Amino acid sequence: MSDVSYVRTVMLEEQAPPASQTGLIKWFRENMFSSIPNSILSIAALWAIYFVLSHILPWVFQSSWNASSLKECRASIAETYGEGTAGACWAVIRERFPQMIYGFYPQELRWRPDLAFVGMLVAIAPVLFDKLPRKMMWFTAVYPFLAFWLLWGGSVWLPVSIIAGFVLGVVAYQIVGKMVGSLAGTIAAALVPVLWWLLFAGSAADIFQSAVPLSLESVTSSSFGGFALSIIIGVTGIAFSLPIGIVLALGRQSDLMIVKVLCVGFIEFIRGVPLITLLFVASTLLNYFMPPGTNFDIILRVIIMVTLFASAYMAEVIRGGLAALPKGQYEGADSLGLDFWQATRLIIMPQALKISIPNIVSTFIGLFKDTTLVSIIGLLDPIGLSTNIRADQNWNGIIWELYGFIALIFFIFCFSMSRYSMYLERKLQTGH
Amino acid sequence: MSAIAEPEQGGFRLSQLLYDTRYRSMTIQIIALIGFLLAVGWLVRNAGQNLADLGKPLGFGFLSDQAGYDINQRLIEYNSQMSHGRAAIVGLLNTLLVAFLGCITATVIGVAVGVARLSKNWLISRLMTIYIEMFRNIPVLLWIIITMAIFIEIFPQPRDFRGDDAIATMKLFDSVALTNRGIYIPSPDFFAGSSALIAIFFLSIVGIFVFGSWAKKRQEQTGQILPTFWIKLGIFFLPSIVAYFVLGKPMGLEYPELKGFNFAGGFYMRNSLIALWFALSLYTAAFIAETVRSGIQAVSKGQTEAAAALGLRQGRITSLVVLPQALRVIIPPMISQYLNLTKNSSLAIAVGYMDITGTLGGITLNQTGREMESLIILMAIYLTISLTISTIMNQYNERVKLRER
Repeated sequence: MSDVSYVRTVMLEEQAPPASQTGLIKWFRENMFSSIPNSILSIAALWAIYFVLSHILPWVFQSSWNASSLKECRASIAETYGEGTAGACWAVIRERFPQMIYGFYPQELRWRPDLAFVGMLVAIAPVLFDKLPRKMMWFTAVYPFLAFWLLWGGSVWLPVSIIAGFVLGVVAYQIVGKMVGSLAGTIAAALVPVLWWLLFAGSAADIFQSAVPLSLESVTSSSFGGFALSIIIGVTGIAFSLPIGIVLALGRQSDLMIVKVLCVGFIEFIRGVPLITLLFVASTLLNYFMPPGTNFDIILRVIIMVTLFASAYMAEVIRGGLAALPKGQYEGADSLGLDFWQATRLIIMPQALKISIPNIVSTFIGLFKDTTLVSIIGLLDPIGLSTNIRADQNWNGIIWELYGFIALIFFIFCFSMSRYSMYLERKLQTGH
Repeated sequence: MSAIAEPEQGGFRLSQLLYDTRYRSMTIQIIALIGFLLAVGWLVRNAGQNLADLGKPLGFGFLSDQAGYDINQRLIEYNSQMSHGRAAIVGLLNTLLVAFLGCITATVIGVAVGVARLSKNWLISRLMTIYIEMFRNIPVLLWIIITMAIFIEIFPQPRDFRGDDAIATMKLFDSVALTNRGIYIPSPDFFAGSSALIAIFFLSIVGIFVFGSWAKKRQEQTGQILPTFWIKLGIFFLPSIVAYFVLGKPMGLEYPELKGFNFAGGFYMRNSLIALWFALSLYTAAFIAETVRSGIQAVSKGQTEAAAALGLRQGRITSLVVLPQALRVIIPPMISQYLNLTKNSSLAIAVGYMDITGTLGGITLNQTGREMESLIILMAIYLTISLTISTIMNQYNERVKLRER
């Protein structure tokens, strides 16, 4: 063996990769400057970002937070940042913030909407996160009545007697169902509460009120406004549209011809007309359809129309969920000998609803955004209030600050909801 | 719908019919129908009585009364002496105009953004995401109002264009004037011989289709591929350009000019139309971009790779393999976006664009006090538009649907 070796016996020292293949440079090369057109695009985009930010950022930050009118605002900006500086006058937000949130809700009573809002979060929590104890659902069930009482005030016995109707329904179902049969029980469960509400609920509330007076100061609907109003309309609309939507979706899938036609007709009608025409109906027409002499609250009328509107969309979302279920699930339920309602309640709906949750959330986002339309029929939602504020002598001429603020709040609400629905989508992925 | 809850109510007395599955569905349906008719009857009776009490029984005669209000943006002849019915038609045409313009621009922007969002360029895809999230999460009404405010606040007034030391100047070689009252663009001016030019232009479009089918047939027979795109482009432009000069320039442009305090001549689009058009297109484009993105992503990677393995170039992979499959996923949600845009155009009322909601559902309704009739017509019109679009699109959808066994 010669000791001349042509093969290296010592390993070469490991070298750092070329500078163009590591770290930031590599990242930039791959993600922004991979080809000539890409580089041009990137540079154009950078320029666009610079252009927009260089106009907006100074305006946002060279601003005034303390002033009681636009004139004062402009003066203080000119004083601090030099003559001719265009700066935002955030003072208007500072001054009108409570109004933007609560509308004209009496100041000393604002703890009530606050409490209702906190209650809403607690009530929604068990629906959104299934790790929470199921007992919390009881609070969710009672919450709508509690919220109504807190917001509008009046006697506590009115909502209580309405709840009593539901309790009576359950009792009737149990008793009649045991004595006669499940179908008769269902019929009794529908009939008894309706009779109670129509005939006895009002007088029962009066009797209890005179016996145990327990009431909050009433607040009229005209003092509702701001984001509180948007949330009230949006949340009520979505909460009530869900059950109606489920019924409509089932009706649309049904083999019963007439039921199906009625459901399809309703859904297609509502989806075919813009929400604003339905709101016109609420503001000008709905009273005509009631017995002469009835005149009910504008917010209630709007909520009714918004609920009908949302339930048609909800029905389509749930129908999508029903259609996405494999046929085997329906057949499996049939083969277990379950009847239609049992199968729907125990097998079909839980799965269909689970599939459609992301779409339900996006329907809700859409509905929440659509609540701004009530400003057109004269309710004081944030956009309606912004018109109001701009008409104020002190703030005449203010534009971007108000719209920017409203847009920001809506963005925060809707964006977080859409993130939540994405989180759900990931969590509910049961496939591989 | 209270009608749904009705069957159980009446069913109690018909209990025998209810337990036999042969009759049960019949019973339920008849009860549902009766319940529905009762509910409708009750509502109609109430409405009739209320209207009679107010002394305005249902009738559509008001449509032929004199309207008495002006509509500033119109496609057909109209003045305040004409009837409410005519005003409604002007409004309807305005709705269709903004919906048509909006659908086109929304599609163009939406497809571009949707594709750009999938771009490998990090910066571009991030920017597009920001755009999409911004528009999807802020109400369209707010966008419409903001766009309108931008037009009014940022663009100069027509009088700023006056004088030697004017603050504002016209754009694009003095042809376009952006003012806060609207946009003035040059309008085509027709002289003698222009009809021949237009005829030649349309003939060349027919020629493109004829050439296309001929080239396809030739390719199927011989396997040779012609550079059809460039040839088609040539057919589109060359004959018209040659004819333009041969015929002695029979067409020209009429430029808007400043006369007194305002511009005259050219084509004038009010800022309410443009603001609405812009806002609706940008808003809907964000949704369309998402459907385009998900449509493209729905085509499995194997398809692209298989096409590449067959030796197809990038452009052909996109046009022959990816797009046809992606379109199937994209079209149905796209249709509902078009419908949404059309319905959202009813928010024109917020910026004072006189669409059908602004004329029939706004001024006519308030002037005549005919809420019931106006809203019935208004809803019927929107319903007709929606159902027509969705029927046409569903038929198209049926045609491109994946045929399975």
